[in-house]
Amino acid sequence: MIIKDYTILSPEGIHARPATTLIKLTKQFKSVFHLKKGDTVIKLNSMLNILALAAKNGETISIIVEGEDEAPAAAAIEEFFTQQIKNL
Amino acid sequence: MKGIGVSPGISIGTARVIRKTAAALTGILLTNESAIPTEIKKYDEAVGAAVKEIEGIIARGAASLPPESIEILEMQIELSGDPQIKDNVVQRIISDKKNVSDAFIEVIRDTVEIFSNMEDEYMSARAADIQDIGDRILQHLQEARATTAAASQPDLLAFGPDTILIADDFTPTDTITMDTSQVIGFATRAGSRTSHVAIIASARGIPAVVGCGDELLLISNGDKIILDSLNGLVLVNPDMDTLAQYRLKKLAYAQQTDRLAGLKEVAARTTDGEVITLLANIGEPDDLDQVFEKGGQGTGLLRTELLFMGRSSFPTEEEQFEFYKEIALRSGDKPVIIRTLDIGGDKQLPYFGLPPEQNPFLGYRAIRICLDREELFITQLKAILRAAAFGNVKIMFPMIGNIRELRSAKQVLAKAKTALSREKRTFAENIAVGIMIEIPSAAIIADWLAKEADFFSIGTNDLCQYTLAVDRMNEKVKDLYDPYDPGVLRLVHNVIEQGCKNNIPVAMCGELASDPLATLLLLGMGLREFSMSAPSIPFIKNIINHNSIVKAKEVCKKVMEMNNSKDIITYLQEVQP
Repeated sequence: MIIKDYTILSPEGIHARPATTLIKLTKQFKSVFHLKKGDTVIKLNSMLNILALAAKNGETISIIVEGEDEAPAAAAIEEFFTQQIKNL
Repeated sequence: MKGIGVSPGISIGTARVIRKTAAALTGILLTNESAIPTEIKKYDEAVGAAVKEIEGIIARGAASLPPESIEILEMQIELSGDPQIKDNVVQRIISDKKNVSDAFIEVIRDTVEIFSNMEDEYMSARAADIQDIGDRILQHLQEARATTAAASQPDLLAFGPDTILIADDFTPTDTITMDTSQVIGFATRAGSRTSHVAIIASARGIPAVVGCGDELLLISNGDKIILDSLNGLVLVNPDMDTLAQYRLKKLAYAQQTDRLAGLKEVAARTTDGEVITLLANIGEPDDLDQVFEKGGQGTGLLRTELLFMGRSSFPTEEEQFEFYKEIALRSGDKPVIIRTLDIGGDKQLPYFGLPPEQNPFLGYRAIRICLDREELFITQLKAILRAAAFGNVKIMFPMIGNIRELRSAKQVLAKAKTALSREKRTFAENIAVGIMIEIPSAAIIADWLAKEADFFSIGTNDLCQYTLAVDRMNEKVKDLYDPYDPGVLRLVHNVIEQGCKNNIPVAMCGELASDPLATLLLLGMGLREFSMSAPSIPFIKNIINHNSIVKAKEVCKKVMEMNNSKDIITYLQEVQP
């Protein structure tokens, strides 16, 4: 299991575009992804749940990755939250 | 009727009203367990068909749709197959024995409600996406049930020329699958700046007015409509005069937009070198984007009512502080004039429970409420004082009618400062304090008020209605409402002169400030600060940059000698460049 905290860098928070990209990313791996914001934990496969979090720019969230390919999966998440998201 | 103009322009056309019927629950329960897998299978099939359909729209529209629409559709694909929605549906099928379409209708209804109630404006606008995928999937569920399924693909909605679409709200599917080549405007009952229709209308450059309220649904097919999204107005079956006036406005707007886009970086300066400040009237932080895009030099009026409306209790000091701070920070060193709460009159707060009044405009409103309910006022003043430490913030009291009210308001401000010092908060000790001049008595004693206020801002709308004793909401007398009435102009002139004599800045934030017909006259009176809705800024700047103060003074002198507004208006139309 790999847990890491990220600050949301996209100017509009996790809106439609970052959420869609994020879900597509998780589908490439066998691992299970969870996102934790405050006391809420959601599975990262549901657009509805991601949008309902209304995560805003500057807020901190944790991503939990678990599964046989968790190392490359966590690396992809890292790339997403530190680089890709800035342009979304 | 008034809404929020989201894509600037003027359209004159014919109404086409789009109404939707809500899906009905059947109430039929499953009679035995064996039906459960079948219902779930139907759901999966309907979702599959819906996803295919959206993919088809993307494939067909890849070249012609704006990127925003493609994004929305891609998100909808994810939403359609959403495992959380499926879980909720399956649970209702299994534990409540609901049939699949009832289960689904309920899940979508609940989800839409949750999103509509979210505070984040963007997220609450996503309720439309959920409703949209809900409608699409439901259509497939119900087709599966009907044995004689008719043509499955609804026809592309086509419209006649110059159509203005009227609806409760437009879902993404509506806006994408309609043939909008003939559509020249949108008006919706619900919605906000971040609704789909706003996004699509802006992307396509079609004027739109959203959030018009229930009155909009009284419009019928074929009604003649003027859509003025510059001012957020929808006019239904206007008379010939209004129509003629708007045709001219539309023409002028079209001719000027191209040329004026180039004025953004140009300073507002008369041909004889007098520099004029052009500010904007705003209601929330996001309005600032447009202000700076249009070349606005700051905020001449921040209406704080928006912060108090659409909620169930008063915003706390912290909530207000964050709101004002965001605006202060985004404005940098540009001025932000925050008007303290102006409720009452036509602006009511449900949670405040003000009883209806016989004469609301002459009643309990604005500063009168604030001085009476000091705790509300102090909370707002503290939030403003704290936010002022982050930018160039000034404070403005509305509806000041005499010296005593100004002094009392300043005393409360002093109390707010003392409280903040005690709490060891950072705040702007030397904040400038100005007043709105919108009550005739204030305009008449402007010389005295100028000695105790740091600046004036003339609110022409109320000043005009109070001076002429005309309720402009009243259909029967609204023609008597006339800012060019010599009585009103004398008051305006006096306020500007007294401000100049006492060396305090005088601005105007009422509608007259954005009226091109009045610009020269106001310059001639000595006005040097104009505050208006952002889209008007380039137009007024254009007039300023083509005229001189010498000419403006001449115009003012002539106008002030005319004893009726008809002559004044005719004359001003003649001297217009």
